[in-house]
Amino acid sequence: MTVKVDEELVKKVSALARLNLTEAEVKEFVPQFSEILDAFSRLDEVDTKDADISFQPVEIKNIMREDKTEPSLEQEEALANTKHKKDGYFKGPRAV
Amino acid sequence: MTSEFINKVRNQEIDIAEHTEKALEKVKRIDSEYHYMNTISEDLAREGAKHVKAIGEGVLAGTAVSIKDCICVKGVESTAGSKILEGYRPVFDATVVQRIKKEGGIIIGKTAQDEFGFGSFSVNVGIGKETPLNPLDKERVCGGSSGGSAGLVRKADFPHISLAESTGGSIVAPASFCGVVGLCPTYGRVSRHGLIDYANSLDKIGPIAKTTMQAALMLEIIAGHDPDESTSLKRPVDPYTDHVGRDIKGMKLGVIRRAFGEGTDDEVTRKVKDAISRLEDAGAEAHEVSLPMASEYAVPCYYLIAMCETSTNLAKLCGMRYGRHESLEGGFNEYFSKVRELNFGKEAKRRIILGTFARMAGCRDAYYIKALKVRSRIIQEYKKTLKQMDVLVSPTMPFTAPRFRDVEKLTPLQNYMSDILTAGPNVAGLPHISIPCGKAGGMPAGLMAIGDHLQESKLIQLGSALE
Repeated sequence: MTVKVDEELVKKVSALARLNLTEAEVKEFVPQFSEILDAFSRLDEVDTKDADISFQPVEIKNIMREDKTEPSLEQEEALANTKHKKDGYFKGPRAV
Repeated sequence: MTSEFINKVRNQEIDIAEHTEKALEKVKRIDSEYHYMNTISEDLAREGAKHVKAIGEGVLAGTAVSIKDCICVKGVESTAGSKILEGYRPVFDATVVQRIKKEGGIIIGKTAQDEFGFGSFSVNVGIGKETPLNPLDKERVCGGSSGGSAGLVRKADFPHISLAESTGGSIVAPASFCGVVGLCPTYGRVSRHGLIDYANSLDKIGPIAKTTMQAALMLEIIAGHDPDESTSLKRPVDPYTDHVGRDIKGMKLGVIRRAFGEGTDDEVTRKVKDAISRLEDAGAEAHEVSLPMASEYAVPCYYLIAMCETSTNLAKLCGMRYGRHESLEGGFNEYFSKVRELNFGKEAKRRIILGTFARMAGCRDAYYIKALKVRSRIIQEYKKTLKQMDVLVSPTMPFTAPRFRDVEKLTPLQNYMSDILTAGPNVAGLPHISIPCGKAGGMPAGLMAIGDHLQESKLIQLGSALE
Protein backbone atom coordinates (compact mmCIF):
# COMPACT_ATOMS: atom_id res chain seq x y z
CA MET A 1 0.00 0.00 0.00
CA THR A 2 1.39 3.40 -0.89
CA VAL A 3 0.49 6.43 1.16
CA LYS A 4 1.35 10.04 0.70
CA VAL A 5 2.68 11.26 4.01
CA ASP A 6 2.27 14.98 4.58
CA GLU A 7 2.04 17.29 7.58
CA GLU A 8 -1.72 17.04 7.65
CA LEU A 9 -1.61 13.25 7.98
CA VAL A 10 1.01 13.33 10.72
CA LYS A 11 -1.05 15.87 12.67
CA LYS A 12 -4.23 13.88 12.21
CA VAL A 13 -2.65 10.66 13.50
CA SER A 14 -0.91 12.39 16.39
CA ALA A 15 -4.28 13.80 17.49
CA LEU A 16 -5.75 10.29 17.38
CA ALA A 17 -2.79 9.07 19.45
CA ARG A 18 -3.39 11.84 22.03
CA LEU A 19 0.15 13.01 21.55
CA ASN A 20 0.93 16.63 20.76
CA LEU A 21 3.86 17.25 18.45
CA THR A 22 5.80 20.45 17.96
CA GLU A 23 5.90 21.95 14.46
CA ALA A 24 9.57 20.95 14.23
CA GLU A 25 8.71 17.35 15.05
CA VAL A 26 5.97 17.26 12.43
CA LYS A 27 8.40 18.55 9.80
CA GLU A 28 11.05 16.04 10.84
CA PHE A 29 8.64 13.10 10.84
CA VAL A 30 7.13 13.62 7.36
CA PRO A 31 10.11 12.40 5.29
CA GLN A 32 11.04 9.79 7.90
CA PHE A 33 7.55 8.25 7.95
CA SER A 34 7.44 8.33 4.19
CA GLU A 35 10.69 6.37 3.94
CA ILE A 36 9.64 3.91 6.66
CA LEU A 37 6.18 3.19 5.23
CA ASP A 38 7.63 2.71 1.76
CA ALA A 39 10.01 0.11 3.15
CA PHE A 40 7.23 -1.59 5.12
CA SER A 41 5.11 -1.84 1.99
CA ARG A 42 7.52 -4.50 0.74
CA LEU A 43 5.28 -6.93 2.64
CA ASP A 44 2.84 -6.54 -0.27
CA GLU A 45 5.14 -8.84 -2.26
CA VAL A 46 4.34 -11.78 0.03
CA ASP A 47 1.49 -14.05 -1.00
CA THR A 48 -0.60 -14.38 2.14
CA LYS A 49 -3.82 -15.63 0.58
CA ASP A 50 -4.16 -18.71 2.76
CA ALA A 51 -2.00 -17.53 5.62
CA ASP A 52 -3.31 -17.56 9.18
CA ILE A 53 -3.13 -14.46 11.31
CA SER A 54 -0.53 -15.01 14.06
CA PHE A 55 -1.47 -12.80 16.97
CA GLN A 56 1.03 -14.83 19.00
CA PRO A 57 4.14 -16.68 17.79
CA VAL A 58 3.17 -19.85 19.65
CA GLU A 59 -0.28 -21.36 19.83
CA ILE A 60 -2.12 -20.34 22.97
CA LYS A 61 -5.70 -21.48 23.44
CA ASN A 62 -8.48 -20.24 25.67
CA ILE A 63 -6.54 -19.25 28.73
CA MET A 64 -9.13 -18.64 31.43
CA ARG A 65 -8.92 -18.58 35.15
CA GLU A 66 -11.50 -19.80 37.61
CA ASP A 67 -14.29 -17.27 38.02
CA LYS A 68 -13.67 -16.51 41.65
CA THR A 69 -12.46 -13.56 43.68
CA GLU A 70 -8.74 -13.30 44.25
CA PRO A 71 -6.75 -10.89 46.35
CA SER A 72 -5.95 -7.62 44.58
CA LEU A 73 -4.22 -4.35 45.43
CA GLU A 74 -5.38 -2.49 48.50
CA GLN A 75 -6.87 0.92 47.72
CA GLU A 76 -3.90 2.60 49.35
CA GLU A 77 -1.44 0.64 47.21
CA ALA A 78 -3.36 1.40 44.03
CA LEU A 79 -3.19 5.11 44.83
CA ALA A 80 0.41 5.05 46.07
CA ASN A 81 1.88 6.29 42.80
CA THR A 82 -0.47 9.14 41.93
CA LYS A 83 -0.35 12.80 42.82
CA HIS A 84 -3.88 13.36 41.67
CA LYS A 85 -6.21 11.72 44.19
CA LYS A 86 -9.10 12.69 46.37
CA ASP A 87 -11.13 10.77 48.97
CA GLY A 88 -9.65 7.41 47.93
CA TYR A 89 -10.22 7.98 44.20
CA PHE A 90 -8.01 8.94 41.29
CA LYS A 91 -8.64 12.50 40.26
CA GLY A 92 -8.64 13.07 36.52
CA PRO A 93 -8.94 16.08 34.26
CA ARG A 94 -12.47 17.25 33.59
CA ALA A 95 -14.35 15.01 31.21
CA VAL A 96 -16.76 17.56 29.74
CA MET B 1 30.55 -16.34 39.12
CA THR B 2 31.26 -19.84 40.20
CA SER B 3 29.36 -22.39 42.20
CA GLU B 4 32.36 -22.08 44.51
CA PHE B 5 31.29 -18.55 45.40
CA ILE B 6 27.71 -19.60 46.05
CA ASN B 7 28.85 -22.49 48.22
CA LYS B 8 31.07 -20.21 50.24
CA VAL B 9 28.18 -17.82 50.77
CA ARG B 10 25.96 -20.66 51.90
CA ASN B 11 28.63 -21.94 54.29
CA GLN B 12 29.19 -18.42 55.61
CA GLU B 13 32.81 -18.51 54.46
CA ILE B 14 32.12 -15.26 52.65
CA ASP B 15 30.51 -12.44 54.63
CA ILE B 16 27.84 -11.58 52.10
CA ALA B 17 26.93 -8.27 53.75
CA GLU B 18 30.51 -7.08 53.44
CA HIS B 19 30.82 -8.51 49.93
CA THR B 20 27.62 -6.72 48.84
CA GLU B 21 28.88 -3.37 50.18
CA LYS B 22 31.98 -3.74 48.06
CA ALA B 23 29.94 -4.76 45.03
CA LEU B 24 27.72 -1.68 45.45
CA GLU B 25 30.79 0.56 45.60
CA LYS B 26 32.06 -1.00 42.39
CA VAL B 27 28.71 -0.59 40.65
CA LYS B 28 28.64 3.09 41.63
CA ARG B 29 32.14 3.57 40.30
CA ILE B 30 31.39 1.79 37.02
CA ASP B 31 28.11 3.67 36.65
CA SER B 32 29.69 7.08 37.12
CA GLU B 33 31.98 6.32 34.20
CA TYR B 34 29.76 4.23 31.88
CA HIS B 35 26.12 5.06 32.80
CA TYR B 36 24.78 1.52 33.08
CA MET B 37 22.30 2.09 35.90
CA ASN B 38 19.07 4.06 36.00
CA THR B 39 18.77 3.29 39.71
CA ILE B 40 21.11 1.60 42.18
CA SER B 41 18.98 -0.07 44.85
CA GLU B 42 21.36 0.03 47.81
CA ASP B 43 18.76 -0.51 50.52
CA LEU B 44 17.21 -3.46 48.78
CA ALA B 45 20.65 -5.00 48.16
CA ARG B 46 21.58 -4.64 51.83
CA GLU B 47 18.28 -6.13 52.89
CA GLY B 48 18.85 -9.04 50.48
CA ALA B 49 22.37 -9.62 51.77
CA LYS B 50 21.13 -9.66 55.35
CA HIS B 51 18.49 -12.21 54.44
CA VAL B 52 20.96 -14.46 52.61
CA LYS B 53 23.36 -14.20 55.52
CA ALA B 54 20.64 -15.28 57.90
CA ILE B 55 19.30 -18.24 55.90
CA GLY B 56 22.41 -19.25 53.89
CA GLU B 57 20.32 -20.82 51.13
CA GLY B 58 19.34 -20.42 47.50
CA VAL B 59 20.64 -21.43 44.09
CA LEU B 60 21.90 -17.87 43.58
CA ALA B 61 22.87 -17.22 47.21
CA GLY B 62 24.64 -13.87 47.31
CA THR B 63 24.90 -13.36 43.53
CA ALA B 64 24.33 -9.75 42.52
CA VAL B 65 21.51 -9.40 39.98
CA SER B 66 20.81 -6.25 38.00
CA ILE B 67 17.39 -5.88 36.42
CA LYS B 68 16.53 -4.08 33.20
CA ASP B 69 14.60 -0.96 34.05
CA CYS B 70 11.42 -2.21 32.34
CA ILE B 71 10.97 -5.03 34.88
CA CYS B 72 9.12 -4.06 38.07
CA VAL B 73 10.94 -4.27 41.38
CA LYS B 74 8.83 -3.47 44.43
CA GLY B 75 9.68 -0.11 45.95
CA VAL B 76 12.43 0.66 43.42
CA GLU B 77 11.87 3.28 40.74
CA SER B 78 11.05 1.38 37.53
CA THR B 79 10.77 3.59 34.47
CA ALA B 80 11.54 1.41 31.41
CA GLY B 81 14.02 4.18 30.68
CA SER B 82 11.27 6.76 30.18
CA LYS B 83 10.63 10.12 31.78
CA ILE B 84 6.91 9.44 31.65
CA LEU B 85 7.37 6.80 34.38
CA GLU B 86 9.65 8.98 36.52
CA GLY B 87 9.00 8.34 40.19
CA TYR B 88 7.01 5.15 39.61
CA ARG B 89 7.72 2.72 42.42
CA PRO B 90 5.84 -0.53 41.82
CA VAL B 91 3.90 -1.94 44.75
CA PHE B 92 4.73 -5.49 43.65
CA ASP B 93 7.62 -7.55 42.26
CA ALA B 94 7.55 -9.01 38.75
CA THR B 95 7.31 -12.81 38.89
CA VAL B 96 10.91 -13.14 37.71
CA VAL B 97 12.07 -10.82 40.50
CA GLN B 98 10.15 -12.84 43.10
CA ARG B 99 11.88 -15.99 41.88
CA ILE B 100 15.34 -14.41 41.97
CA LYS B 101 14.81 -13.11 45.50
CA LYS B 102 13.60 -16.52 46.60
CA GLU B 103 16.84 -18.09 45.35
CA GLY B 104 19.01 -15.62 47.24
CA GLY B 105 19.82 -13.28 44.34
CA ILE B 106 20.68 -9.78 45.51
CA ILE B 107 19.01 -7.06 43.48
CA ILE B 108 21.48 -4.22 42.97
CA GLY B 109 19.48 -1.94 40.67
CA LYS B 110 17.84 -1.14 37.36
CA THR B 111 19.84 -1.04 34.14
CA ALA B 112 19.83 1.58 31.40
CA GLN B 113 17.96 0.92 28.18
CA ASP B 114 16.47 2.55 25.13
CA GLU B 115 13.18 4.09 26.22
CA PHE B 116 10.69 1.16 26.42
CA GLY B 117 13.16 -0.88 24.35
CA PHE B 118 12.87 1.36 21.28
CA GLY B 119 16.32 0.93 19.80
CA SER B 120 19.23 -1.29 18.90
CA PHE B 121 22.03 0.87 20.28
CA SER B 122 20.81 2.25 23.66
CA VAL B 123 21.07 5.77 22.28
CA ASN B 124 17.29 6.35 22.43
CA VAL B 125 17.30 6.73 26.20
CA GLY B 126 14.41 8.70 27.70
CA ILE B 127 14.51 12.45 28.37
CA GLY B 128 17.02 13.22 31.12
CA LYS B 129 18.68 9.76 31.14
CA GLU B 130 22.33 9.14 30.33
CA THR B 131 23.49 6.98 27.42
CA PRO B 132 25.45 3.85 28.36
CA LEU B 133 28.95 3.60 26.85
CA ASN B 134 30.55 0.48 25.45
CA PRO B 135 32.73 -1.21 28.11
CA LEU B 136 35.58 -1.71 25.63
CA ASP B 137 35.52 1.67 23.92
CA LYS B 138 33.66 4.67 25.29
CA GLU B 139 33.25 6.19 21.84
CA ARG B 140 31.06 3.27 20.85
CA VAL B 141 27.55 2.15 21.73
CA CYS B 142 26.66 -0.71 24.07
CA GLY B 143 23.98 -2.06 21.80
CA GLY B 144 20.35 -2.10 22.71
CA SER B 145 17.98 -2.08 24.03
CA SER B 146 19.38 -3.89 27.10
CA GLY B 147 22.63 -1.90 26.89
CA GLY B 148 23.12 -1.26 30.60
CA SER B 149 22.71 -4.96 31.37
CA ALA B 150 25.33 -6.09 28.84
CA GLY B 151 27.78 -3.34 29.78
CA LEU B 152 27.56 -4.07 33.48
CA VAL B 153 27.97 -7.81 32.93
CA ARG B 154 31.15 -7.10 31.02
CA LYS B 155 32.54 -4.63 33.59
CA ALA B 156 31.53 -6.23 36.90
CA ASP B 157 34.38 -8.27 38.40
CA PHE B 158 32.19 -9.78 41.12
CA PRO B 159 29.58 -12.56 40.71
CA HIS B 160 26.74 -10.93 38.81
CA ILE B 161 24.03 -11.81 36.29
CA SER B 162 21.68 -9.37 34.59
CA LEU B 163 18.06 -9.80 33.71
CA ALA B 164 17.37 -8.30 30.30
CA GLU B 165 14.44 -8.26 27.89
CA SER B 166 14.09 -8.66 24.14
CA THR B 167 11.33 -7.59 21.78
CA GLY B 168 13.28 -7.58 18.49
CA GLY B 169 16.82 -8.51 19.50
CA SER B 170 17.44 -6.49 22.65
CA ILE B 171 19.16 -9.31 24.55
CA VAL B 172 21.52 -10.66 21.92
CA ALA B 173 22.46 -7.36 20.22
CA PRO B 174 24.03 -5.73 23.30
CA ALA B 175 25.51 -9.08 24.38
CA SER B 176 27.27 -9.27 21.02
CA PHE B 177 28.54 -5.67 21.17
CA CYS B 178 29.85 -6.08 24.72
CA GLY B 179 31.34 -9.57 24.29
CA VAL B 180 29.08 -11.43 26.73
CA VAL B 181 26.41 -14.14 26.55
CA GLY B 182 22.76 -13.22 25.95
CA LEU B 183 20.01 -15.84 26.02
CA CYS B 184 16.53 -14.97 24.81
CA PRO B 185 14.05 -17.76 25.59
CA THR B 186 11.00 -18.94 23.68
CA TYR B 187 8.04 -16.58 23.80
CA GLY B 188 5.99 -17.58 26.86
CA ARG B 189 8.76 -19.61 28.52
CA VAL B 190 9.37 -16.87 31.11
CA SER B 191 6.50 -14.99 32.76
CA ARG B 192 6.03 -11.37 31.68
CA HIS B 193 3.99 -10.54 34.76
CA GLY B 194 5.44 -7.27 36.03
CA LEU B 195 7.16 -6.37 32.77
CA ILE B 196 6.42 -2.85 31.55
CA ASP B 197 5.43 -4.00 28.12
CA TYR B 198 6.62 -2.80 24.76
CA ALA B 199 4.80 -5.31 22.50
CA ASN B 200 2.91 -8.13 24.19
CA SER B 201 3.26 -10.74 21.49
CA LEU B 202 7.01 -10.18 21.18
CA ASP B 203 8.42 -9.38 24.65
CA LYS B 204 10.62 -11.99 26.33
CA ILE B 205 12.63 -11.72 29.55
CA GLY B 206 16.02 -13.48 29.56
CA PRO B 207 19.51 -13.36 31.07
CA ILE B 208 22.74 -11.67 30.03
CA ALA B 209 25.77 -13.21 31.73
CA LYS B 210 29.50 -13.77 31.40
CA THR B 211 29.13 -17.47 30.58
CA THR B 212 26.56 -19.84 29.12
CA MET B 213 26.52 -21.67 32.47
CA GLN B 214 25.43 -18.55 34.32
CA ALA B 215 22.80 -17.75 31.71
CA ALA B 216 21.48 -21.32 31.95
CA LEU B 217 21.34 -21.11 35.73
CA MET B 218 19.33 -17.91 35.61
CA LEU B 219 16.96 -19.26 32.97
CA GLU B 220 16.32 -22.34 35.08
CA ILE B 221 15.17 -20.07 37.91
CA ILE B 222 12.95 -17.70 35.96
CA ALA B 223 11.40 -20.13 33.43
CA GLY B 224 8.13 -21.92 34.01
CA HIS B 225 4.41 -21.40 34.13
CA ASP B 226 2.94 -18.47 36.03
CA PRO B 227 -0.80 -18.40 36.72
CA ASP B 228 -0.60 -14.58 36.75
CA GLU B 229 0.41 -14.46 33.09
CA SER B 230 -1.99 -15.85 30.50
CA THR B 231 0.60 -16.34 27.74
CA SER B 232 3.04 -18.19 29.97
CA LEU B 233 3.50 -21.78 28.77
CA LYS B 234 2.55 -24.74 30.92
CA ARG B 235 5.28 -27.01 29.57
CA PRO B 236 7.88 -28.42 32.02
CA VAL B 237 11.22 -26.63 32.33
CA ASP B 238 14.36 -28.45 31.18
CA PRO B 239 17.28 -28.73 33.60
CA TYR B 240 19.24 -26.26 31.49
CA THR B 241 22.48 -26.37 33.48
CA ASP B 242 22.72 -30.13 32.80
CA HIS B 243 23.22 -29.31 29.14
CA VAL B 244 26.33 -27.23 29.74
CA GLY B 245 29.37 -29.08 28.41
CA ARG B 246 27.39 -31.85 26.71
CA ASP B 247 28.92 -33.34 23.59
CA ILE B 248 27.69 -31.72 20.36
CA LYS B 249 28.71 -34.64 18.15
CA GLY B 250 26.22 -34.98 15.31
CA MET B 251 24.43 -31.70 16.07
CA LYS B 252 23.13 -30.27 12.80
CA LEU B 253 23.89 -26.58 12.30
CA GLY B 254 21.97 -24.73 9.62
CA VAL B 255 24.26 -21.93 8.48
CA ILE B 256 22.03 -19.08 7.26
CA ARG B 257 23.57 -18.22 3.91
CA ARG B 258 22.14 -14.73 3.46
CA ALA B 259 23.46 -13.59 6.85
CA PHE B 260 27.04 -13.78 5.66
CA GLY B 261 26.64 -11.93 2.42
CA GLU B 262 26.20 -8.31 1.53
CA GLY B 263 25.72 -6.01 4.49
CA THR B 264 27.73 -8.10 6.93
CA ASP B 265 31.19 -6.91 7.89
CA ASP B 266 33.92 -9.15 6.39
CA GLU B 267 35.83 -9.48 9.63
CA VAL B 268 32.64 -10.44 11.51
CA THR B 269 31.90 -13.04 8.83
CA ARG B 270 35.39 -14.47 9.26
CA LYS B 271 35.10 -14.71 13.04
CA VAL B 272 31.72 -16.40 12.93
CA LYS B 273 32.87 -18.83 10.22
CA ASP B 274 35.94 -19.67 12.34
CA ALA B 275 33.64 -20.39 15.24
CA ILE B 276 31.50 -22.67 13.05
CA SER B 277 34.68 -24.53 12.03
CA ARG B 278 35.53 -25.03 15.70
CA LEU B 279 32.05 -26.42 16.29
CA GLU B 280 32.59 -28.79 13.35
CA ASP B 281 35.89 -29.87 14.88
CA ALA B 282 33.91 -30.70 18.00
CA GLY B 283 31.65 -32.98 15.95
CA ALA B 284 28.82 -30.72 14.74
CA GLU B 285 27.69 -30.93 11.10
CA ALA B 286 27.29 -27.64 9.23
CA HIS B 287 24.85 -27.33 6.33
CA GLU B 288 23.92 -24.20 4.41
CA VAL B 289 20.30 -23.16 4.67
CA SER B 290 18.36 -20.35 3.16
CA LEU B 291 15.46 -18.52 4.82
CA PRO B 292 14.20 -16.11 2.17
CA MET B 293 11.03 -15.08 4.04
CA ALA B 294 12.82 -14.20 7.27
CA SER B 295 15.77 -12.60 5.52
CA GLU B 296 13.64 -10.35 3.33
CA TYR B 297 10.58 -9.58 5.41
CA ALA B 298 11.28 -10.07 9.12
CA VAL B 299 12.28 -6.45 9.71
CA PRO B 300 9.14 -4.74 8.32
CA CYS B 301 6.96 -7.54 9.76
CA TYR B 302 8.51 -7.09 13.19
CA TYR B 303 8.34 -3.30 13.22
CA LEU B 304 4.72 -3.15 12.10
CA ILE B 305 3.56 -5.61 14.76
CA ALA B 306 5.72 -4.00 17.44
CA MET B 307 4.58 -0.47 16.64
CA CYS B 308 0.90 -1.43 16.50
CA GLU B 309 1.08 -3.19 19.83
CA THR B 310 3.10 -0.47 21.49
CA SER B 311 0.78 2.29 20.35
CA THR B 312 -2.00 0.63 22.34
CA ASN B 313 0.21 -0.40 25.29
CA LEU B 314 1.54 3.08 25.85
CA ALA B 315 -1.95 4.57 25.83
CA LYS B 316 -2.13 3.87 29.56
CA LEU B 317 0.75 6.26 30.19
CA CYS B 318 -1.05 9.54 30.54
CA GLY B 319 -0.14 11.12 33.87
CA MET B 320 -3.04 9.72 35.86
CA ARG B 321 -2.24 6.73 38.04
CA TYR B 322 1.55 6.57 38.12
CA GLY B 323 4.65 8.18 36.69
CA ARG B 324 4.94 11.83 35.73
CA HIS B 325 2.02 14.08 36.51
CA GLU B 326 1.41 17.55 35.19
CA SER B 327 -0.99 20.08 36.65
CA LEU B 328 -4.59 19.06 36.00
CA GLU B 329 -5.56 21.66 33.46
CA GLY B 330 -7.84 21.41 30.48
CA GLY B 331 -10.04 18.52 29.44
CA PHE B 332 -9.18 14.84 29.23
CA ASN B 333 -7.67 14.93 25.77
CA GLU B 334 -5.74 18.15 26.36
CA TYR B 335 -4.26 16.85 29.59
CA PHE B 336 -3.23 13.45 28.20
CA SER B 337 -1.82 14.91 24.99
CA LYS B 338 0.23 17.39 26.99
CA VAL B 339 1.63 14.82 29.43
CA ARG B 340 2.63 12.59 26.54
CA GLU B 341 4.16 15.44 24.53
CA LEU B 342 6.35 16.54 27.42
CA ASN B 343 7.53 13.16 28.63
CA PHE B 344 7.94 10.76 25.71
CA GLY B 345 11.22 10.81 23.79
CA LYS B 346 11.35 11.21 20.03
CA GLU B 347 11.57 7.54 19.05
CA ALA B 348 8.65 6.72 21.35
CA LYS B 349 6.60 9.39 19.57
CA ARG B 350 7.60 8.00 16.19
CA ARG B 351 6.54 4.47 17.09
CA ILE B 352 3.28 5.51 18.74
CA ILE B 353 2.25 7.54 15.71
CA LEU B 354 3.30 4.94 13.14
CA GLY B 355 1.55 2.22 15.15
CA THR B 356 -1.60 4.30 15.45
CA PHE B 357 -1.50 4.95 11.71
CA ALA B 358 -1.07 1.26 10.84
CA ARG B 359 -4.17 0.36 12.89
CA MET B 360 -6.39 3.11 11.46
CA ALA B 361 -9.50 2.20 9.50
CA GLY B 362 -8.42 1.71 5.90
CA CYS B 363 -4.83 0.88 6.87
CA ARG B 364 -5.31 -1.94 9.36
CA ASP B 365 -5.62 -4.74 6.79
CA ALA B 366 -2.81 -3.46 4.59
CA TYR B 367 -0.31 -3.05 7.41
CA TYR B 368 -1.21 -4.68 10.71
CA ILE B 369 -3.13 -7.75 9.53
CA LYS B 370 -0.76 -8.19 6.59
CA ALA B 371 2.20 -8.25 8.99
CA LEU B 372 0.46 -10.87 11.17
CA LYS B 373 -0.04 -13.04 8.09
CA VAL B 374 3.55 -12.62 6.96
CA ARG B 375 4.53 -13.60 10.48
CA SER B 376 2.77 -16.96 9.94
CA ARG B 377 4.81 -17.49 6.77
CA ILE B 378 8.04 -16.67 8.58
CA ILE B 379 7.19 -19.06 11.42
CA GLN B 380 6.36 -21.82 8.91
CA GLU B 381 9.70 -21.33 7.17
CA TYR B 382 11.68 -21.55 10.42
CA LYS B 383 9.71 -24.57 11.65
CA LYS B 384 10.30 -26.41 8.39
CA THR B 385 14.03 -25.68 8.45
CA LEU B 386 14.29 -26.62 12.12
CA LYS B 387 12.80 -30.03 11.34
CA GLN B 388 16.00 -30.77 9.45
CA MET B 389 18.43 -28.80 11.61
CA ASP B 390 19.02 -28.69 15.36
CA VAL B 391 19.95 -25.02 15.40
CA LEU B 392 20.45 -22.19 12.91
CA VAL B 393 23.60 -20.10 13.09
CA SER B 394 24.61 -16.66 11.86
CA PRO B 395 26.37 -13.58 13.16
CA THR B 396 24.29 -11.93 15.92
CA MET B 397 24.79 -8.46 14.48
CA PRO B 398 26.16 -7.80 11.00
CA PHE B 399 28.83 -5.50 12.47
CA THR B 400 30.60 -4.74 15.74
CA ALA B 401 29.56 -1.90 18.07
CA PRO B 402 29.46 1.27 15.98
CA ARG B 403 30.74 4.67 17.13
CA PHE B 404 28.22 7.18 18.45
CA ARG B 405 29.12 9.62 15.70
CA ASP B 406 28.24 7.02 13.05
CA VAL B 407 24.95 6.05 14.70
CA GLU B 408 23.94 9.73 14.79
CA LYS B 409 24.03 9.83 11.01
CA LEU B 410 21.55 6.97 10.54
CA THR B 411 17.94 7.66 9.54
CA PRO B 412 15.26 5.91 11.62
CA LEU B 413 14.83 3.33 8.83
CA GLN B 414 18.56 2.60 8.76
CA ASN B 415 18.41 2.12 12.52
CA TYR B 416 15.60 -0.40 12.09
CA MET B 417 17.53 -2.28 9.40
CA SER B 418 20.28 -3.09 11.89
CA ASP B 419 17.88 -5.70 13.33
CA ILE B 420 18.06 -7.66 10.06
CA LEU B 421 19.46 -10.80 11.72
CA THR B 422 17.61 -10.65 15.04
CA ALA B 423 14.10 -9.65 13.94
CA GLY B 424 13.36 -13.11 12.50
CA PRO B 425 13.71 -15.28 15.61
CA ASN B 426 11.97 -12.59 17.66
CA VAL B 427 8.95 -12.30 15.39
CA ALA B 428 8.70 -16.12 15.41
CA GLY B 429 9.12 -16.39 19.21
CA LEU B 430 12.13 -18.71 18.79
CA PRO B 431 14.81 -18.97 21.48
CA HIS B 432 18.21 -17.59 20.50
CA ILE B 433 21.59 -17.07 22.10
CA SER B 434 24.57 -14.85 21.35
CA ILE B 435 28.01 -16.24 22.19
CA PRO B 436 31.19 -14.18 21.92
CA CYS B 437 33.43 -15.48 19.13
CA GLY B 438 36.50 -13.31 19.15
CA LYS B 439 37.18 -9.76 18.08
CA ALA B 440 36.75 -8.14 14.72
CA GLY B 441 38.75 -4.93 14.35
CA GLY B 442 39.30 -4.85 18.12
CA MET B 443 35.62 -5.13 19.09
CA PRO B 444 33.67 -8.27 20.08
CA ALA B 445 31.73 -10.26 17.49
CA GLY B 446 28.93 -12.64 18.40
CA LEU B 447 27.63 -15.89 16.96
CA MET B 448 23.87 -16.29 17.19
CA ALA B 449 22.22 -19.70 17.41
CA ILE B 450 18.45 -20.05 16.97
CA GLY B 451 16.53 -23.10 18.16
CA ASP B 452 13.00 -24.39 17.70
CA HIS B 453 10.38 -23.41 20.29
CA LEU B 454 11.38 -24.65 23.78
CA GLN B 455 14.75 -25.95 22.55
CA GLU B 456 16.81 -23.66 24.79
CA SER B 457 18.84 -26.67 25.96
CA LYS B 458 20.39 -27.13 22.52
CA LEU B 459 21.49 -23.50 22.50
CA ILE B 460 23.08 -23.93 25.90
CA GLN B 461 24.84 -27.08 24.75
CA LEU B 462 26.16 -25.29 21.68
CA GLY B 463 27.14 -22.14 23.58
CA SER B 464 29.16 -24.02 26.14
CA ALA B 465 30.86 -26.05 23.37
CA LEU B 466 31.98 -22.83 21.72
CA GLU B 467 33.30 -21.45 24.99
